[in-house]
Amino acid sequence: MTTETLVPFDEVLERYDPAMGLEVHVELNTNTKMFCGCPATFGGEPNTQVCPTCLGLPGSMPVVNAKAVESAIRIGLALNGSIAEWCRFARKNYFYPDMPKNFQTSQYDEPIVYDGYLDVEVEGETFRVEIERAHMEEDTGKTTHIGGATGRIHGADYSLVDYNRAGIPLIEIVTRPILGAGEKAPLVAKAYVAALREILLGLGVSDVRMDQGSMRCDVNLSLSPKGSGELGTRTETKNVNSLRSVERAVRFEMSRHAGILDAGEAIFQETRHFHEDTGTTSAGRPKSDADDYRYFPEPDLVPVAPSREWVEELRGTLPEPPAEKRARLQAEWGYSDLEMRDVWAAGAMVLIEETVAAGASAQAARKWWMAELSRAANDRGVELAEVGVTPVQVAEVQKLVDAKTLTDKLARQVFEGLVAGEGTVAEIIDARGLAVVSDDGALGAAVDDAIAAQPAVAEKIRGGNQAAAGALIGAVMKATGGKADAKRVRELILEKLA
Amino acid sequence: MPEITRDEVAHLADLARIDLSDAELDHLAPQLQVILESVASIQGLAGDDVPATSHPLPLTNVFREDIVTPSLTPEQALSGAPSVEEQRFAVPRILGDEQ
Amino acid sequence: MSELIQKSAAELADALAAGETTSVELTQLYLDRIAAVDGEVHAFLHIDAEGALEQAAASDARRANGDALHALDGVPIAVKDVLTTIGLPTTCGSKMLEGWVPPYDATVVKKIKDAGLPILGKTNMDEFAMGSSTEHSAYGPTKNPWKLDRIPGGSGGGSAAAVAAFEAPLALGTDTGGSIRQPGAVTGTVGVKPTYGSVSRYGLVALANSLDQVGPVTRTVLDSALLHELIGGHDPLDSTSTTTPVTGLVDAARAGATGDLKGVKVGVIKELAGEGWAPDVMAKFNESVDLLTKLGADVVEVSTPSFEHAMAAYYLILPAECSSNLAKFDAMRYGLRVTPDGDPSAEDVMKASRDAGFGDEVKRRIILGTYALSSGYYDAYYGQAQKIRTLIIEDFKKAFEQVDVLVSPTSPSTAFKLGAKLDDPLAMYMQDLATIPANLAGTPGISIPAGVSDQDGLPVGVQLLAPVLEDARLYRVGAALEAAIGPVLGLDKLDDRLAAGGAA
Ligand SMILES: [Mg+2]
Ligand SMILES: [Zn+2]
Repeated sequence: MTTETLVPFDEVLERYDPAMGLEVHVELNTNTKMFCGCPATFGGEPNTQVCPTCLGLPGSMPVVNAKAVESAIRIGLALNGSIAEWCRFARKNYFYPDMPKNFQTSQYDEPIVYDGYLDVEVEGETFRVEIERAHMEEDTGKTTHIGGATGRIHGADYSLVDYNRAGIPLIEIVTRPILGAGEKAPLVAKAYVAALREILLGLGVSDVRMDQGSMRCDVNLSLSPKGSGELGTRTETKNVNSLRSVERAVRFEMSRHAGILDAGEAIFQETRHFHEDTGTTSAGRPKSDADDYRYFPEPDLVPVAPSREWVEELRGTLPEPPAEKRARLQAEWGYSDLEMRDVWAAGAMVLIEETVAAGASAQAARKWWMAELSRAANDRGVELAEVGVTPVQVAEVQKLVDAKTLTDKLARQVFEGLVAGEGTVAEIIDARGLAVVSDDGALGAAVDDAIAAQPAVAEKIRGGNQAAAGALIGAVMKATGGKADAKRVRELILEKLA
Repeated sequence: MPEITRDEVAHLADLARIDLSDAELDHLAPQLQVILESVASIQGLAGDDVPATSHPLPLTNVFREDIVTPSLTPEQALSGAPSVEEQRFAVPRILGDEQ
Repeated sequence: MSELIQKSAAELADALAAGETTSVELTQLYLDRIAAVDGEVHAFLHIDAEGALEQAAASDARRANGDALHALDGVPIAVKDVLTTIGLPTTCGSKMLEGWVPPYDATVVKKIKDAGLPILGKTNMDEFAMGSSTEHSAYGPTKNPWKLDRIPGGSGGGSAAAVAAFEAPLALGTDTGGSIRQPGAVTGTVGVKPTYGSVSRYGLVALANSLDQVGPVTRTVLDSALLHELIGGHDPLDSTSTTTPVTGLVDAARAGATGDLKGVKVGVIKELAGEGWAPDVMAKFNESVDLLTKLGADVVEVSTPSFEHAMAAYYLILPAECSSNLAKFDAMRYGLRVTPDGDPSAEDVMKASRDAGFGDEVKRRIILGTYALSSGYYDAYYGQAQKIRTLIIEDFKKAFEQVDVLVSPTSPSTAFKLGAKLDDPLAMYMQDLATIPANLAGTPGISIPAGVSDQDGLPVGVQLLAPVLEDARLYRVGAALEAAIGPVLGLDKLDDRLAAGGAA
C-alpha cells in the first residue's frame, strides 16, 4: 500500500509540475439514440425505451443517427477542430453487465474530430487547451446496486439494470496533456470544462447537466519533477460531476501524488473515484490486461465521410464564439470589466442573457444572479445553473418588483422558496402570503389605526415634522406583516395628517 | 512459427469470459496451435501498398433520420431474461468497476 | 399425393394459382412428410404445424378473394434457426439460446410472411453457423437424406436436408463461407449466396458480419430466383444493405432454361482443382464444364493466385468478428444462465454460462478471434487478413475482366461420414475452400447439382461465381446447366435410400 500523505498545495508546486488530461463525455440531446430509433430522453420507466438494437438482442443491427453526426461535426467546428474526411466506428470489446453487446460501438484511431483547441481565461491569463480528438460513441445502461450497506457497487448483493440509457449518443472530447498551468492547474481544468459547457450550451446539442450525468468529466493527472519536462505516471479520476469537483479533484490528486512521490514511491496507474462529500479520491480499477479492448472496425456500419459542403453548411450554423459574445454582451449590458469578469467566473453569463431575454433589465438580472442566487448556490455547494431557479423565473420576479407587487425583500423570499423547491413563483407568493398590500382601503385602515394609537406622533407630523412619520410607518409595516409598500404608506400618512 | 501456449489460451479464455476446465485447455491449446500455424502463412504476404478491406462493399454515409420509432414493450424486452426485478434485468453482484 | 411434394415451388405456385390445390393441402402434405421422415433426417429443430396451417388458411382465403400477395403466396417454406422469428424459438443450434423466443422478426422473415409463405419450422444448423457438417448443433446432427450415415453439409445442413428430403419446397439459409452452397452440393440441391448486402442481414444472428449473407435453398434454379427476388432489396435497418434493386433473376433463370449460352464466357478457376480434390468430384465437374461448352459458352481457364490464402484470411476475419458478436451471450439479458456454487459474481456467472452454453467449435473460434484481435497480434493477423481480402477482390476483378462467370466444384468431396472430421478442425475447414473467396469478396455464388458420384452415388455440386450485383448471370448460366444435366434428385430413389439408410 502506498503512503497517503497529502502535501499542501503550495508545497506541491515547489517540487512538481502538473500535467492534466481531461476527457469529457457529453450526452447529445437528439430525439433518438445513436444507432436506433428509441427515444433518447432522460428518466422514462425502466426498460421502456429499448428495442432489439439497443438491447443487443441477437440479430439486431445499428444504423447511425444523422443528427448525432451533425452535432459531432458542429461541436468539432466550435472547438476549432478539423473534421475527418473519412472515419469509422469501431468496437471496443469488454464485458460489463450495463453494456448490452459487451462491446461499445465507439471510434478508435479514426475519430470524426481531431486537432482542436479552446482558449480559456483564468485570472486574466489565457491558456490554450489543445483538443486531441472528439469522437462519437454510445452510452451504457444504468445499474442499481441492491443490498449491502452503501448502495454502492462494492458489497452489493446483486444489481438491477435498466437499458433506457444504453445507446444514447455520446461525444467524447479528449484534450492533449495540459502542461504549464502550474498553480493554476485546478482552475484551468475547471475553466476548460466551464468553457466547453458554454460552447455546448450555445450549440444546443446537449443539456450539459453535470448533475444529471449528461456531461461527465474524467480527470487525468500526473506530476513530474519541476522543470524536468517529463510526463509522470497518471491516474484517471472518473465521473467528476460538477465544475467545482473538477477543480477539487485536480487539487486533491496533486497533493496525493506529491505525497507518494515525496516518499520515493511510484504512482500506481489506476482509475480513481471522486467523493463529492470529502473532496477526496479513492482507488478504483488498476490498468491491466483487461484494458486490451481488441478494437476493430465495426462491420455492421459503413464509414462516415462528411462532404466538405456539409461541413461548411454546418459551420454556417455555429453560434457566435463565446469570447466575441462576451464582449458584445458586456457592451450591451453596460457592465464594467470587473462586473463582467465576476459574472463570467460565476458561470452567470448565459443565465443573465436568458434572464434579459425574458424581459428583465441587465442590472436587475445581474443583481439577483450575483447576490441572492450566488449565495444560495454557494450555500448548497451547487453550480449557479443548478440552484433551482430559472432565468425565466428571475425575470418573472423582477417584473413583479417593477410592478410594486413585490418589494426586494419579498422577492428574496420568493427566491428562497424557489431554491427550496416550493413550487412556481405564483404558488410561493400564494403559500407564503408574500404579495405587497397595495390596496389603499386596507392600507388606509392600518394607517388610521396607527394614527389613533400614537396621537402624540400624529400631532408632530401635523405640526410639519415629516421625519416623525417613520414611527407610524413602522407600525403600519408591522401590522401588515411587512407586505406594505413603505413609500405608499408614507404618502397616505402625510395625506391624512396634512 | 507462432506459438500459443496453454497459459496463453487460459488468458484468452479469461478475456473472452469462458471458464475453461483443465481438460478443455489441454484439448484446445494444441488444436489452436495447428489452426494458427495454418493461418500464419499470410503473415507478411501483403505489404504497405495493399490497403485493408474491412468490408466488401464501398458504401459510406448510411444514416437514419432522427425520428423516434416504437420501442419494445418492457414485457417483450424482459421476456428472455433469466431474472427480473422491478422491471429491470436482475444480475449477480458485479465485481469490476465500470470502464 | 406424393407427386405434389415433388413439384418445384414454381410449379406449386402455378398449381395454387390454377386452383389445383390449396395452401392448406400443401402445407399439410409437407407436415406429414416431416412427420414421416424427420425422425431420421432431423432437419428441423422446431416445427410449427399450427402456425403454418393458420398461415396457409389465410393464404387460401386471400387467393379465393383474388388478393394473392405474391407468386409464392401459400407455398410453404422452412427457415434456418439463425433467423429471428416472433413467437418461434430461435436457438442458432446452441444450448446458449435454448428456448429463446425473439420479440422481433428478421427482415427476410418479415418479407416471406408478408408474401404469404407459411413457415413450417426452423431448421437445424451448426452452432452459431460454425461448421460444415451440422454436427456442431447442440441438438444433434442432421443426416444426409441420400445416406443417413453422411453429413448434410453445414452450417445449413438442416435447410438443405429439409429441401432434399422433400420436407419443404423452399428454405432460407445463410452463407458465411459456404454454408448454403456446400450443403447444397452434398445434398443435391440448389443453394445461392447472393451479393453481399443485397439481402438484409437484420435479424440474422451474426456469425461474421462482413461475410454473412441470407440466401435461398431450393431444388431448382428457378425456385431460387423466385425466392431470391422475394427476400432481396434494400433494408433501412441494415446499414450495409445496397440500394440496387434485386430484379431480373427470375427472367434470367427462365432465359437460361432455354439452354443457349452463346457468347457467354466461362472461366474455370485453376487454383480450385488438383490435389485435395476428390477424383469423382472432378469427374462430375469436368462433365459440367463440357456441357457448358456444348451449350455454346466460351470456356477458358483463369488464375486467381490469392485464393490460395483465402482460407487463412477467412479463419482470422471470421473468428475475430464472431468473438465480438458472441460476447453478448453473457447470461445477463437472455439465454442460458449457469450459476456456480457459492456466492458467484456476475463475472463468475458469465464465465460458467459461456463455458456450459457454447460447444467446442464455438469456443475454438472465440479464442482464436480473441487472439487475432489482441494488441500485439492485430496487425500480423487481422490486419494482414484484411489485406489478403483486398488481393482476393483484385483477383476477382481481373478474372471478371476476362470472363462473365467463374466455375469450380462447390466442395472438394461428396458427403463424408458423420464423425469423420469432428475433432479435426482443419480438415473440416477444407470443405469450404472453393466457397470462401466469394464471401471475402462479396461476390454472388450458386451451387447446382452436377450429378452423382460414380464412386459412392452421392451428389456432387458445381459452383458458379459472378461479379458483385451480377447475380442474374448465375441464374442464366445455372438454369442452362441444370437443364442440360437433368434431374439429380428424385423422391422415389431418395425414399429407397432413406429406407436403406439406417442400415448403410
Ligand atoms: Mg469512450
Ligand atoms: Zn433502441
